[in-house]
Amino acid sequence: MSTNASRSAARVMMAPAVILLLGWMLVPLTMTFWFSFRKFLPMRGGDLGFAGFDNYVRFLTSSSFWPAVQTTLIIVISVLVITVVLGILLAMLLDQPMWGQGIVRILVIAPFFVMPTVSALLWKNMFMDPVNGLFAHLFKAFGAEPVIWLTDAALPSIIMIVSWQWLPFATLILLTARQSLDSEQMEAAEMDGAPLLKRFWFIVLPHLGRAITVVILIQTIFILSTFAEIFVTTSGAFDTRTLTYLIFQRITDSQNIGLGSAGGVYAIILANIVALFLMRIVGKNLDA
Amino acid sequence: MGRIVLDQVNKSFDGVEVIPPLDLTIEDGEFTVFVGPSGCGKSTLLRLIAGLEDVTGGQIHIDGKDSTQLAPAKRKLAMVFQSYALYPHMSVRNNIAFPLKMAKLGRDKINSKVMAAAEVLNLTDYLERRPGLLSGGQRQRVAIGRAIVREPKAFLFDEPLSNLDAALRVEMRLEIGELHKRLATTMVYVTHDQVEAMTMADRIVVLKAGNIEQVGSPLELYSKPKNVFVAGFIGSPSMNLLEGPEAVKLGAKTIGIRPEHLSISDQEGVWSGIIGVSEHLGSDTFFHVKCDAFPEPITVRASGEVSLHYGEKVFLTPNHAHLHLFSDDGLRIA
Ligand SMILES: Nc1ncnc2c1ncn2[C@@H]1O[C@H](COP(=O)(O)OP(=O)(O)OP(=O)(O)O)[C@@H](O)[C@H]1O
Ligand SMILES: [Mg+2]
Repeated sequence: MSTNASRSAARVMMAPAVILLLGWMLVPLTMTFWFSFRKFLPMRGGDLGFAGFDNYVRFLTSSSFWPAVQTTLIIVISVLVITVVLGILLAMLLDQPMWGQGIVRILVIAPFFVMPTVSALLWKNMFMDPVNGLFAHLFKAFGAEPVIWLTDAALPSIIMIVSWQWLPFATLILLTARQSLDSEQMEAAEMDGAPLLKRFWFIVLPHLGRAITVVILIQTIFILSTFAEIFVTTSGAFDTRTLTYLIFQRITDSQNIGLGSAGGVYAIILANIVALFLMRIVGKNLDA
Repeated sequence: MGRIVLDQVNKSFDGVEVIPPLDLTIEDGEFTVFVGPSGCGKSTLLRLIAGLEDVTGGQIHIDGKDSTQLAPAKRKLAMVFQSYALYPHMSVRNNIAFPLKMAKLGRDKINSKVMAAAEVLNLTDYLERRPGLLSGGQRQRVAIGRAIVREPKAFLFDEPLSNLDAALRVEMRLEIGELHKRLATTMVYVTHDQVEAMTMADRIVVLKAGNIEQVGSPLELYSKPKNVFVAGFIGSPSMNLLEGPEAVKLGAKTIGIRPEHLSISDQEGVWSGIIGVSEHLGSDTFFHVKCDAFPEPITVRASGEVSLHYGEKVFLTPNHAHLHLFSDDGLRIA
């Protein structure tokens, strides 16, 4: 399709963007790799030379590692379940013709445009504050004792905040998928005697299958690196220290750059495994 | 079994009347074809019968029972859609079995019915495949299979062949015709292709802007079109509809004469003209002749080889027994 001349022209034109992106990625990546093999304690002597695989071993064997993995898994899985289930329900609702459809859709999508730090602050101060928060008022209105959310139910609180942030994304993808379903298929099922719930189960849900997988994989990558929501609310206390947050603490609190970098490399490997699956599925989607 | 009666049925979308009040009776076991130009409301009428659209007014009786408010599934009709509407994530077997599963039939019964349908439709080798891997004709057969296992009171087809190529269309046309003969179930078939209508129908309903223009057997429509619209719509190539002093001479606003009812000669005849384009189909040749008496060119059929060429002067003679006369309001006089 393209001639040699246009191909080389395209390469020249794309070069600046590619070089910039590569540099942007490669420099920090290489530095992380480099540091992960060094004993580097900024406040306690600086760069103290090669450490071999010491950092990797120490990161895995530290007593905080497995709890952090567990916390990460709990957050990722809970948020996925909540966003996918609610996302499907919302997509079904938003697909119905109704008055003010455009505005409702924008409202539903809005949380996605709020920065994680801001949304965490909003939740912390406006909803979850045990004295002045909306939840506290609500509980008091019913005569109940207000919950001190970020202390007594820290993990559920964070799950709630992160789910709120990602629900619009899931809804949007699932809504588009729902709308791509051929209406004649639904009508055929209706004539075949399938009532509403069976039409959902046998026709709509299988049709949404691919979109659901894509939502799960993309969200997994991003939720694995959840940081601001934890930093702003609990700072990793009350069992809310995830893998990402552990890496951060290794570097800032323990002032151990080598150890943190080793954790970072583990995180990169983990994210790439998920990304690999994602590429395969999205690729298949494009073929079909 | 499957007698469908429409009584003053009408349909409006957002206040726009698409189908004005209309009466129609479809007899049990009859193959009825709705035909008409695009947008005339054929699909809408079919969907009203199926229950996929609510009527704005009027009543639909199926089998003597008022079914106007009945849900589609309860009407016991089966529909074959233009897009086939197969379930893409199910195998052919499960597609055909779907209505039976919904009816909560036993597994053995479902199996035997699916096998029987697959046999009839030559689908036995494809039962485990997904519809996406089938050809257009095979998908069409799966859609028909899904319809016949339900043993419906009537089949509704909405332009089922329009996605197929010409050769396959002829083949499927015969298959559906044969299916009708074997099952003897009422079939309502929508098409905008008048050849399909003529070849398949027991009775044709010609629609125009939601109005029934004429109902009758293919031959009736061919030999006695009620008005100019039906005259021009039925038949291929279509009837020559001529106006002018020649028509007035015969006491009509419009005269209609089919290409096969005109004879052409280079010696003598009633209307003289010059040959324009000619189309050689082997068995027949169609000449487009520009006559002095009429502004529009006239299509004439001549059998076999005729040695007449572009620009030659010829004479046309209509067969008066097959001359159709239409009055000012487009209705048939004789
Ligand atoms: N859901 C709808 N809402 C509004 N108008 C509609 C709707 N469905 C059909 N119409 C209108 O009704 C008229 C008849 O449509 P219909 O689909 O029945 O035509 P058709 O005869 O089947 O045409 P075709 O041969 O192109 O399929 C059209 O003018 C169409 O715009
Ligand atoms: Mg149509």
